[in-house]
Amino acid sequence: MVDLAPTPARAARPSPQGGHRRQGRHGIGRIALRAGVIAYVGLLVAWPVALVFWNTFADGLAPVVETFTDPLVLASLRLTAIAAAWSVALNVVFGVAVSLLIVRYEFPGKRLLNAILDLPLSVSPVVVGLSIVLVYETTRGVFGVPLAAAGIQVLFSTPGIILATTFVAMPLVIREIVPVLTEVGTDQEQAARSLGASAPQTFWRITIPAIRWGLTYGVVLCLARSIGEFGAVKIVSGNLIGQTQTATLMVEQMYFDFDQEQAFAIAALLATVSIIAIVVVSVLRSRAERKGTS
Amino acid sequence: MTTLADSAARTPLRGRRAAARSTLTRGTGVTLGLSVLWLSVLVLVPLGAVVAAAASGGVAGAWSVLTNPQTLAAITLTVGQAALVTVLNVVVGTAIAWVLVRDRFVGKRAIEVIIDVPFALPTIVAGLVLLGLYGPRSPVGVDVANTRAAVFLAFAFVTLPFVVRAVQPVLEQLDPDVERAARSLGASGVQTWARVLLPALAPAIAAGAAMSFARAVSEYGALVLISGNLALRTEVTSVRILTYIENGQLSEAAVVATVLLAIALVVLVALDLLQRRVARRG
Amino acid sequence: MSIDIQGVGKRFGSFVALDDVNLSLPTGQLTALLGPSGGGKSTLLRIIAGLESADEGRVRIEGKDATGLPAQKRGVGFVFQHYAAFTHMSVAKNVAFGLEIRHRPKEEVRERVDELLRLVHLEQFAHRLPSQLSGGQRQRMALARALAVEPTVLLLDEPFGALDAQVRKELRQWLRRLHDEVHVTTVFVTHDQEEALEVADQIVVINEGRVEQIGTPDELYDAPANDFVMRFLGPTTTLAGLVVRPHDIGVVALPVNGAIAGTVRGVHRVGFEVRLTVQTSEAREPAVVTLPRSRWVELGVDVGDPVWLRLPADAARTPADAAHVGGVVGVAH
Repeated sequence: MVDLAPTPARAARPSPQGGHRRQGRHGIGRIALRAGVIAYVGLLVAWPVALVFWNTFADGLAPVVETFTDPLVLASLRLTAIAAAWSVALNVVFGVAVSLLIVRYEFPGKRLLNAILDLPLSVSPVVVGLSIVLVYETTRGVFGVPLAAAGIQVLFSTPGIILATTFVAMPLVIREIVPVLTEVGTDQEQAARSLGASAPQTFWRITIPAIRWGLTYGVVLCLARSIGEFGAVKIVSGNLIGQTQTATLMVEQMYFDFDQEQAFAIAALLATVSIIAIVVVSVLRSRAERKGTS
Repeated sequence: MTTLADSAARTPLRGRRAAARSTLTRGTGVTLGLSVLWLSVLVLVPLGAVVAAAASGGVAGAWSVLTNPQTLAAITLTVGQAALVTVLNVVVGTAIAWVLVRDRFVGKRAIEVIIDVPFALPTIVAGLVLLGLYGPRSPVGVDVANTRAAVFLAFAFVTLPFVVRAVQPVLEQLDPDVERAARSLGASGVQTWARVLLPALAPAIAAGAAMSFARAVSEYGALVLISGNLALRTEVTSVRILTYIENGQLSEAAVVATVLLAIALVVLVALDLLQRRVARRG
Repeated sequence: MSIDIQGVGKRFGSFVALDDVNLSLPTGQLTALLGPSGGGKSTLLRIIAGLESADEGRVRIEGKDATGLPAQKRGVGFVFQHYAAFTHMSVAKNVAFGLEIRHRPKEEVRERVDELLRLVHLEQFAHRLPSQLSGGQRQRMALARALAVEPTVLLLDEPFGALDAQVRKELRQWLRRLHDEVHVTTVFVTHDQEEALEVADQIVVINEGRVEQIGTPDELYDAPANDFVMRFLGPTTTLAGLVVRPHDIGVVALPVNGAIAGTVRGVHRVGFEVRLTVQTSEAREPAVVTLPRSRWVELGVDVGDPVWLRLPADAARTPADAAHVGGVVGVAH
């Protein structure tokens, strides 16, 4: 697992050396740097994000209420929730299994597997969408032709959206669990086995509780990523209003339809969910670190 | 799920060479098989299909797609802006990481959370967010919509966390006394950075830069609303691919997609090598 | 016999961890597996527990062939060097784990846990998390946890290895007393000869994957089977081609029949004893002799003085391995 890429909020912990004990003689340089950083982050992220909320409530609550009672909007939110739920479920099962294999076992091709697992994070969502179209397309696609013969449609319907969402969010659970599994080691599992626990008992009673925080972060991040997926879903869904339109697609369509109030309202909802996700992970992580358990 | 203890118990007479190469048992072997199958169905076969579709037109076909002026302009713009943004991130991201680790001020926790916002925010929302401050309705009168600056801005937004989060943990492991020692030996602030901090942080910065570049090159959602997608001017590679797809030109789309895939693979290999280097340094 | 090991061998790649080990451990005894790090003793313990598999050979526990049996079916209690505490469970839950796995009635589990926590003096910590305990307390909890399931054998892998010297001494005496109370067949791994000599009924010395000697602490100390055992059990020196213990050598200031003549090269006072370095005519390296300070004062010798050394007939000795000839005090660790 390439562990150098950012994992949100991991670093939200106090410096172990308490490395900021004093302002020192070089206080001016330090304060200038601090101001620069605050200005940059503020102008690039904080202010623009705040504006979305401002724009959403600029004309009062009525447009917001109207947006979230619109059946088309509700349908898109429901579809997003379904896709995200599947993505989280699939990625948790796959992520836990693969993480255990990678951390606990040796096998040929492990390094390659490790590298491939990170691929979805650096592949463009548009490429992901295209790849799914090519495979599930009903005239020539490797999977699409037999599935069409069986009467199953993947593209332009919910299964395609689920596949695209699962693809892009795949590495997030693994990235969170692998370091935790590595750190806890196998002692507790071996102790459980020697006390008479079977393999499934050991897994459910020892392994899963030991990685519960890592798993929680993984689920939260996977959820946020799944809810927010746009490019890949746009390509595989066909963007059929009221049928295959997810919340993010709805935002785009409403913006281009000059329905900006509704676009802002949905965007604000999505932004709220993602910010809550970050805050939850950040708070849980710093709490876990304070307790000295992860 | 099968644990290590199980593997020991089930294979009492395991061969010596097999033991050195694989510690899988029957149960975990099946798990690995299923995982690889799932990975193949979900990721590898589809990505392989992209490469296959790209190859279907032959080298000449691929060449004519890539030399199409509109495609070439899109790739040049994307790579150029991504490189610029990466340079910016190397400087600013390292500075942010330093401030977050070494400085202490009210609101630092907030900055910590804000840094991650671009990572979790849906990209389409990111586009909308940027339009709010830097679009036609900008309260500060800065309108970059439909210009190349918009591409740069969107890239800078979505790649903000990468260098910061790569450098931060490494910097935390670095004893601040090292910096103080350098100062006490007469090094200036700039010298301390150049000779003490940067060499220690270089692999992490490089890793963050690689991720940042890969992310920028592949970005789509944050751009659609703000860049205007003007052919030859603000159209990026991923938008170009989408245009091909919408026109039903799947193999042309696949050729351009393969270029993005190749960039992603190069970045992954670079990261793997970098990580090994970091691991060696302990 | 409680544990019977026949022809057990184990390799990790090209490294031979155990080579044709044969061993029988009687029921109810406290046995120490003693040897240097990397000598194979922990591997042997893990093979007995089923946490590691032998490449060859058989393991029998209480007469039953356990070679192919997974760890959870061996009825073995295992205590790990780093405690292996279940960090997400309270102390009481840790101890109850094995009983809950066996679906024992709640009331019985509660009583048994209380009883064990009293036994290991942790009754007031029942509801704490392991992270709130000291190392010694965590190890006692791990011991209670292993004892809860009434194992046929109790295996401890360097149980005190991660603890401070003081706690370590207390705990090993406590383990001895506990064993006298509980009487379960116990095997513990240690690289500390003092720990083994003090606590164990029987010691198995293991080095480079082979059993060097099996015996009671007295047998081992008084009649070491070879050079390695001799050197491992404490400081040694060489005298007249023999490996002997520095405190066994007699020193006199006048020539005596059968004694070896030498010259004092150094005198070092170390606490209550004095260490003399004596160059004899027959060896290249000087021999080291330790004697109580009062004896040294009585002797009245100093650097440059002639002395005569002799070895009492009952002193432990082994022929010196050619490679080790020399009088340097070898402190085994």
